Amino acid sequence: MEHLALLTFVRGPALDWSLGLCAAGIILRLFETLGLGRKADLAKPRDDGPGSGWQTIFTRSIPPAGMFRRDPLTYVAGYVFHFGLLATIVLFVPHIEVIRGVFGVSWPGLPGPLVDVLTVASLVALILLLVHRFYSPVKRLLSGIDDYLSWVLTFLPLLTGYLAFHHLLLEYTLMLAVHIISVELLLVILPFTKLFHSVSLWFSRWYNGDINARKGVAS
Amino acid sequence: MSPAGIPSGQATLERGLNAFREVIDAPVASFFSSCVHCGLCAQACLFYTETGDAKYTPIRKLEPLRRVWQQEYTLLGRVQKLLGLAKPVTDAELEEWSPLVYDSCSMCGRCSMVCPVGNDITLMIRRMREGMAASGHAPEGLIEATSRAVESGSPAGVKWATVQAQIKRMTTQFGIEIPVNRQGVDYLVLMSSWEILNYPEYLGAVGKIMKQAGATWTLCDHAYEATNSGIQIGASDLARVLVGRIVAAAEELKVKCVISPECGHAYSAIRWEGPNLMGRKFGFEVKHILEVLDDFRSSGRLKLKGTLDKPLTYHDPCQISRRGGVYEQPRTLLHDFAPQFKEMSDAGVMNWCCGGGGGVSANERAEPLRFIAFKRKKAQLEELGVKTMVTACANCRVVMEEALEHYHMDIELLGLTELVAEHLEHDNEVAS
Repeated sequence: MEHLALLTFVRGPALDWSLGLCAAGIILRLFETLGLGRKADLAKPRDDGPGSGWQTIFTRSIPPAGMFRRDPLTYVAGYVFHFGLLATIVLFVPHIEVIRGVFGVSWPGLPGPLVDVLTVASLVALILLLVHRFYSPVKRLLSGIDDYLSWVLTFLPLLTGYLAFHHLLLEYTLMLAVHIISVELLLVILPFTKLFHSVSLWFSRWYNGDINARKGVAS
Repeated sequence: MSPAGIPSGQATLERGLNAFREVIDAPVASFFSSCVHCGLCAQACLFYTETGDAKYTPIRKLEPLRRVWQQEYTLLGRVQKLLGLAKPVTDAELEEWSPLVYDSCSMCGRCSMVCPVGNDITLMIRRMREGMAASGHAPEGLIEATSRAVESGSPAGVKWATVQAQIKRMTTQFGIEIPVNRQGVDYLVLMSSWEILNYPEYLGAVGKIMKQAGATWTLCDHAYEATNSGIQIGASDLARVLVGRIVAAAEELKVKCVISPECGHAYSAIRWEGPNLMGRKFGFEVKHILEVLDDFRSSGRLKLKGTLDKPLTYHDPCQISRRGGVYEQPRTLLHDFAPQFKEMSDAGVMNWCCGGGGGVSANERAEPLRFIAFKRKKAQLEELGVKTMVTACANCRVVMEEALEHYHMDIELLGLTELVAEHLEHDNEVAS
C-alpha cells in the first residue's frame, strides 16, 4: 500500500511540479539566450543562394559528406539513441495514455515488443557513447560533470522503464514510481544542463543556416 | 605582451573580458547552450586531423569565452560565481589559449558546417579574437602586420610607390592602360600585398580583361590595399579604419562596384564585415574578382577559348567559397578553357584549407604547425594526381607554394584571373 501511495504522489503533485519547473527553466533559459539579441546584418545578402535557417534545421541532422566515416560510432550511436528515446517517449502506448490524461490528445503507438527493442538499443547506444567518452581523447577533454550527470539522468528513465515493463528487480508499483521519479529528475535538470540542447539546437541550427545562406552557402 | 603600435589603448585583462562580453549575443549564447561535447568538430578541423592532438578540437578553443558567457549570462553560472564555485578567466589562461585561437585556427569554417547542433564555431573564434587582442594575447606577427596596415596602409608595408612601379611594368608587359583615381568608373580595383609584391600579373590580367569586356575601372592611390589585418587579429576598431579607407575612396570616386582581389579574407572583410564595421549599408556593390569575371562571361562580354589542355584542379579558398558563396563561378570559368579540370575530394564548400588563412600565415609562431596542417592538402593532391593547381587567393597561393617547397612537391600553382586573361578569345588583338 505504501508503494501505491508513493506512486500516487509521484504521478500526481510531483509530476505537476517537475513539469512546471521544467517549463519555467526552459522559459528562463530562452530568455537568457534570446534576450541577448542580435544586431542586424547590414551586408547585402545574396538573394539567389541556396540554403536558409529553416533548411539547416533539417539538413543538419544528416552528416556532411566524408564525416560519417571519420567517426561512425558517434553518428550511429547518436541516431540509435535519439530515435530510440523519442520513440519510447511518444510511441509507447502507456505513455500516450499519460499524455492523453494530461493534454487530452492521443495517437496510435508502436507494439510493446518493438518499443522494448528500441529501449534496449537506446541503452546499448548510451553505454557505447559513455565508453567512447572515456576512451576518445577529444571527448574526454571536452567532458565535465554536466556530461556525466546528463548521461546518468537520461539513462535512468530508460533503464527503470525497461525494468518496470518486465517486472524486474523491484515490485512493479515501486519500480513504476522509481521510473517516474527518474523522469521528473530529468525534467527538472534539463534546462540547466547540456540536455537543454533539445531546445536550443533548433535556434542554433537556424542561426547557422541563416548566417551562411546570406552569403550564398547552404550550411 | 603589449600591442605596440596598435592605437587602441593599453591591453589589459579587463579590456579583454569586456570585449568578450560585447561579442556575446543570442547566437553565441545559443551555440554554447547547444554543445553536447560530441567532438565531431575535431573531425572537420585540419589542425586536429593532421596532428591527432585533442587540444585542437575547435569548440575547446573557445573555453575562456564560454566560461565568461556561463558565469555572467546564465542564472546557474551567476549562482556558482556567487558561491565561489566558478573558475575565473585569467591572463595566464588567455596566454595559454593564444596559440589555440590564432595558430591552430585559420577560420576556415569547416567545423561550422559539420556541428550537428548547428554551432557556428568559426564565428565565435572570430569574436573571441576581439577579447584576445584587447587583452594583449594576439601573436606578435599579427600585431606587427596590423600596426603596419594602420600606419602605412598595408600589412606588408607596401607603399604606393611600389604599386606605381608595378603599374609601369604591367602597362608595358600587357600593353594596357592602368587608370588611377578616375572618377565615375564602373569598378574600383583593389589588390592584396601579395599581389603587389609577388603576383603583379594580376593587375595586368585585370586590365586586359576590363579592356576586352569594355568596362571602365580605376585604382586609387590612397586605397589600393584590400587585406585587413584588423579582421584577422580581432580588432574591429582597426578593421573599421582599414575598411573605411576603401569605402571613402569608393564614394569619392563614385564607382559602381569595388572589386575584392584574389584574397580570401579581404573579401570577407569588405563584403560581409565591411557594412557592419561601418554601421551602414554601402551605396556601391562589392564583388570578388571571380564574380565579376563570371558576370562578364554570362553577359557575353568575356569570351574564353579552351587551350590549357593538362590535368588541373581548383583549390577553393575558404573565405571565398565556404564563407563567401563564390564556388560555382571558378568552375564555370575553368570549364571554358581547361578540358582536363578535375575536382579534389571534398571540393567546393567542404574543401580543406591551405592551413594559412585567418592570419595564420602572418604569424611566424604558427609556421611549423602550418606545414603539418598542409598534409591534408598534400593528401588531396596525391590522391588526385594532378600537377597543376589553380586558386583565387594570393594568400593560399603563397602558403601552398611554401608548403609544396617544404614537402618537395612538384606542383604548379596558378591564379585564376591570370589564367582567364591568358585565355581570352581575342588574345592576339589585345596583347601587344
